[in-house]
Amino acid sequence: MAKFIYLDNAATTKTAPEVVEAMLPYFTEYYGNPSSVYEFAGKSKAAITKSREIIAKALGAADNEIYFTAGGSESDNWALKATAEAYEKKGKHIITTKIEHHAILHTAEYLEKRGFEITYVGVDENGTVKLDELKKAIRPDTILISVMFANNEIGTIQPIKEIGQIAHEKGILFHTDAVQAFGQIPINVDECHIDMLSASGHKLNGPKGIGFLYIRKGVKIRSFVHGGAQERKRRAGTENVPGIVGIGKAVERAMATMEERTRHETEVRDYLIDKILKEIPYTRLNGHRTNRLPNNINFSFQFIEGESLLIMLDMDGICGSSGSACTSGSLDPSHVLLAIGLPHEIAHGSLRLTLSEEITKEDMDYVAESIKKIVERLRSMSPLYEDFVKKQK
Amino acid sequence: MYSEKVMDHFNNPRNVGEIENASGVGTVGNAKCGDIMRIYLDIDDNGIIRDVKFKTFGCGAAVATSSMATELVKGKNIQEALQVTNKAVMEALDGLPPVKVHCSLLAEEAIHAALWDYAEKNGIKIEGLKRPKSDIHEGEEEEEEEY
Repeated sequence: MAKFIYLDNAATTKTAPEVVEAMLPYFTEYYGNPSSVYEFAGKSKAAITKSREIIAKALGAADNEIYFTAGGSESDNWALKATAEAYEKKGKHIITTKIEHHAILHTAEYLEKRGFEITYVGVDENGTVKLDELKKAIRPDTILISVMFANNEIGTIQPIKEIGQIAHEKGILFHTDAVQAFGQIPINVDECHIDMLSASGHKLNGPKGIGFLYIRKGVKIRSFVHGGAQERKRRAGTENVPGIVGIGKAVERAMATMEERTRHETEVRDYLIDKILKEIPYTRLNGHRTNRLPNNINFSFQFIEGESLLIMLDMDGICGSSGSACTSGSLDPSHVLLAIGLPHEIAHGSLRLTLSEEITKEDMDYVAESIKKIVERLRSMSPLYEDFVKKQK
Repeated sequence: MYSEKVMDHFNNPRNVGEIENASGVGTVGNAKCGDIMRIYLDIDDNGIIRDVKFKTFGCGAAVATSSMATELVKGKNIQEALQVTNKAVMEALDGLPPVKVHCSLLAEEAIHAALWDYAEKNGIKIEGLKRPKSDIHEGEEEEEEEY
């Protein structure tokens, strides 16, 4: 069989076989509508309750604070738009960061067009949110702070506890997009003073099309999807029962394997980072060297462009992603890489590799060889490299 | 996402390299947008393009269009080379995805820039050749607004 090394687990993950197995009966056997009164439907309702309990426990939350949604983007949209609407009498100012996922950034832009003011706090060269800048941005009319738990591109883990503390002291609601972090690193909503948290199933070996929003009891945001009385009247629509069972199983699995997985992934991650930085000149690691998600690697290779690199890696059976403009469908490279201060041409040459527990050091030897060969080849074709070499002489 | 022809020219690009003491060299694009193309031309006394080489920093489509453009102008005279439009390059590659059309413009501009350099070096005027834009994204329409 041809080589296949999947290193794009931040994009999506393989649904774990035990997750699929847990879901299957809820398609053909227990297909009842959880809102129905007969006993048969009770099976579906019980399954939802169980998943809700698993998730609440993983976050240190109460069961009735977990609201199932169709995924991370819906959760982010709900948190921002509904908070804006519910608290606009108190103020119309929201603080977020320059490195959020587009589910937050584009929602913030949408709110800006509707009369809200948004402050986008910057990050340092490692991608860590500048706390002093965040504190200074707070105003009497600030109603919400939204900061991602860990960045999806460069993996940097944010000082969420400190930010939660700041928000809590000022009486400002605090939302975190934990789509990349949940299931990978421990999160406790009380310790971090989190009022709302978005997460998604398919990033942690669960199914696609399911996620949730944690809403702390007392936060007055209303329904985002109107209709039936599901999810305590806050999110209408017949529940995605197989999906909910799937995310529950996936969370259970992620929590049980977290320690061992983190140890393994960190070791393999650092192995590749050290190897590449040592063996390929004019290369940098993007994101914090240690305070990053255990499965995230992000390099910039000077003088080459990311999409070309991805296509060539694909031919070697390696799946990765890039912050290059060509892969985003716009002319600008990743906003995250620009926010950490990279010049455009270096941002275009980025490569993100995100591991799973299945990846070994042997795989990384193969990956490193492939990257080395490709970077060399693309540089030999690059006018930027040609100019650089001539200048050196 | 790419046609077989594009993939072929990306994987086995024709005419990669440099020409020492080239008759004309043209570099277009900018690193900001993620694509830079440089074309070297070797033009003989009869105005025939004897050899052509390129170097490109850019995506798969940028590399493939550079490669195809060099193939299309090799052996041609200057006037024929001027007829190698971005449309001709795209057709020869069996098309490009819509977001990559600007890459083919880059190839056309790079050839024109190299010819312009040749004309300047030799103090001649090439009929029908305008001063090439250094930035192909100039005047490009803004993206449609969402929402």
